[in-house]
Amino acid sequence: MADQENTQRVRAYQELVKSRRPSKPILKNVIYAFFVGGAICEVGQWIQWGFMQNGMTAKEATSPTTVVLIGLGALLTGLGWYDKVVKHGGMGGTLPITGFSNAMVAPAMEFRSEGLVLGVGAKLFTVAGPVLVYGLSAAFVVGLCRYLLTGVA
Amino acid sequence: MIFLWAFLVGGVMCVLAQLVLDLFPVTPAHVLVLFVVLGAVLGGVGLYGKLVTLAGAGASVPLPGFGYTLVTGIGEAVKVKGILGLLTGGLTAAAGGIKAAVLFGLFAALVFKPKA
Repeated sequence: MADQENTQRVRAYQELVKSRRPSKPILKNVIYAFFVGGAICEVGQWIQWGFMQNGMTAKEATSPTTVVLIGLGALLTGLGWYDKVVKHGGMGGTLPITGFSNAMVAPAMEFRSEGLVLGVGAKLFTVAGPVLVYGLSAAFVVGLCRYLLTGVA
Repeated sequence: MIFLWAFLVGGVMCVLAQLVLDLFPVTPAHVLVLFVVLGAVLGGVGLYGKLVTLAGAGASVPLPGFGYTLVTGIGEAVKVKGILGLLTGGLTAAAGGIKAAVLFGLFAALVFKPKA
């Protein structure tokens, strides 16, 4: 009996905690993510358009566009500006490739005091490491499935 | 038109990522990993390629575009080299981006000091 009462009390307390916890401003976050993420992609599209004016096809222009955006992301992170983009834009700042660049540079800068090898060298891959591991593995599995099903990948 | 679609598709993808981050107990790193894998899978079934044709940078700039690049690279390499392409294709296609990220990242980390 006492046990049951206790469980009930714990549950009631958990409900109370839940109701008092400040709710995440999901709607605001989503709106900011949309405009920040959309704007970064728009910049990317202009850069890609610029490369295409020099005779590249859309497909050829994708890789240099990515390189330019990664460079911009690293530069803005170094200047301390990209952190503000992520702070307001959330995943709108993190999901584009500029945010990937930010996720590499920011920890590497921060852990520079731990040395060039285990500080900068290792921390560059704090986020990039998992992304590469699972991205490459997933791409391999997808490619293998297509190879087995169709003979070409 | 592609400029409008780039904004819309890129924005919507970031909205989806933001919803995953806000509604589930995960970190941004988890979301990035999830979206790269999603990009690879959607690329494999041919959907992501259509999105890239429609929205250009709106689909290739967000991180699922990286997964898509890996998968299309494997597809092209397998055509040329056969089954060995499964191992070489992904990184070959993504080489420019990865090398740029490492070089620029190292450079920025050495030149700049953290603000706070």
